[in-house]
Amino acid sequence: MATRFDAIMARRGEIMRKALGMDYSVFEQSPIAFDYEGMMAAHGYSLQDIVDIQTKAGVGNTPLLELRNLTDVVRSMSAPGKGARIFVKDEAANMAGAFKDRRASVSIHVAKEKGYEGVIAATSGNYGAAVSSQAARYGLKCIICQETFDSRHIGQPEIVEKSRICEAFGAEVVQMTVGPELFFHMVELLDITGYFAASLYSSFGVSGIETLGLEIANEMTALTGAPPTHCVITHAGGGNTTGTARGLKRAGATGTQIISASVDLSGLHMASDNDFNRKSFTTGHTGFGVPFATWPDRADVPRNAARSLRYIDRYLTVTQGEVFYITEAMSKIEGLERGPAGNTAMAAAVSLARDLPRDATVVVQETEYTGAGKHHWAQLNFAKEMGVDVCSGDPKNNVPGKVIVIPERPEQIQAKDFDVARMRKSYVRNALKKAPEGYAPTADDIAFLAADTNSDAAAVEAILAELKEA
Amino acid sequence: MTDATRCKAGDWVEVERVLLEPADRSKNLPPETAEKPLRMWIKGFAQAAGALGDPMTVETMTGRQVMGTLSAINPGYFHTFGKPIPELAHVGVDLRARLADYHAAQADGAAQKGGA
Repeated sequence: MATRFDAIMARRGEIMRKALGMDYSVFEQSPIAFDYEGMMAAHGYSLQDIVDIQTKAGVGNTPLLELRNLTDVVRSMSAPGKGARIFVKDEAANMAGAFKDRRASVSIHVAKEKGYEGVIAATSGNYGAAVSSQAARYGLKCIICQETFDSRHIGQPEIVEKSRICEAFGAEVVQMTVGPELFFHMVELLDITGYFAASLYSSFGVSGIETLGLEIANEMTALTGAPPTHCVITHAGGGNTTGTARGLKRAGATGTQIISASVDLSGLHMASDNDFNRKSFTTGHTGFGVPFATWPDRADVPRNAARSLRYIDRYLTVTQGEVFYITEAMSKIEGLERGPAGNTAMAAAVSLARDLPRDATVVVQETEYTGAGKHHWAQLNFAKEMGVDVCSGDPKNNVPGKVIVIPERPEQIQAKDFDVARMRKSYVRNALKKAPEGYAPTADDIAFLAADTNSDAAAVEAILAELKEA
Repeated sequence: MTDATRCKAGDWVEVERVLLEPADRSKNLPPETAEKPLRMWIKGFAQAAGALGDPMTVETMTGRQVMGTLSAINPGYFHTFGKPIPELAHVGVDLRARLADYHAAQADGAAQKGGA
């Protein structure tokens, strides 16, 4: 007999179609390819329309700050002539405290326009706060599904805080124990309520982030005479990278290097009841970053608008201890106390800037709010309670879930390059797996795969040949 | 004095229920997760008087009626920042000293250049 889980998942396509108010099948071109730009443009909003929606919603236009002291710390340890200028876009200044407000504002606007009574999102992060806040402003009901507790009912402090803020904005918060069935319950609730699916991965949400890239390009040009040479982006599901990169390009900043950064959580299983409260990071980590980059269509929409491999020039990883060190440093030398996960890109930027010329400009494109539970001290105290060893030393010895090593000196902060070529190959393998067995990719498919991996036809053909041999 | 274990109809409370028993859960879960039920907690207004552990229906913020077991009455938020982290205590001191040295060296360099 089919379980309730199987029954809902079997009807998933139909329920999501109704809940998104959009038929994704019109964009499909072959078992592999689809019309990405057509899907992104289907909502019919120009970039200026989105700026207008967000202005009305109280979202965006956050301060761009130059971090002179952090830059000087970098220069104090750089070779002569090296040490790029570091800037940050203070996205914590958004109403619900993160860039996620940009993402939510467009989705909630669409839900209101289309006449939905309420919205639902499955998120344990800042996106829940953003959806709840925007729903409150638009007078829509709101349900947030969160993975909050392990099986002992011990809550991750950062997520417990997220429950609080969503409830403060009047949302109904469904708190759950560990497991990917969070998504099943979201689909079940969409079916029961008929609400709009405010997915993180719809074209509405990702289009909303493009204004962040636009603002960075314009504000850096006003401040320094040119768009940034490098933009470093904390990377989880890939929406942040995709939206920001698209916005930069649409603003004409085609030369800006796009660098994703994640906290290395290798060795920890994202669906493990044991590992859940030992991660010390709820987002911005490789546990989301790598699987979503190499197979974006694992998301809750038929085709994910967040396709980070299209835009990534480099993917850097940093350790938990390095991010906590930089979070503390930001407070102490820049007077900027912000949430830890959003500083993932900042830790990577410090490492990156050290090797760049002094006239290079590195923009870290977000911060997030901080508060009780959602603070690096809260995370480290909790890690200790969960039996994780927290110590000072060389961050090379950091072991996710076991040892968090706080660097002794800033020189020890050394981001690592994740092999993007390997990610591209893994993506192509996953795309082939989705096609019927024996399907031979056409020239159009190869062109799509090249665009979707920010490479070229020859590179894709080489991967295909290699996969065929294996 | 109110009884912390009993609620009246209309009180803000939390109910708990099992969403999926282990046998009904998604396949491909690690064993430590697969062997546990998927549980959920939700808050709303109690639809009747009751005691902790009683079956209870709540009306949630979206107006849904959700049944479960009464698990908390007027539940609060008690997450904190916690104690300062000794392993981070050196960061601010070290970096401020480093900046002072760096700025002094820069100023010296500028003065020497100016004097030449």
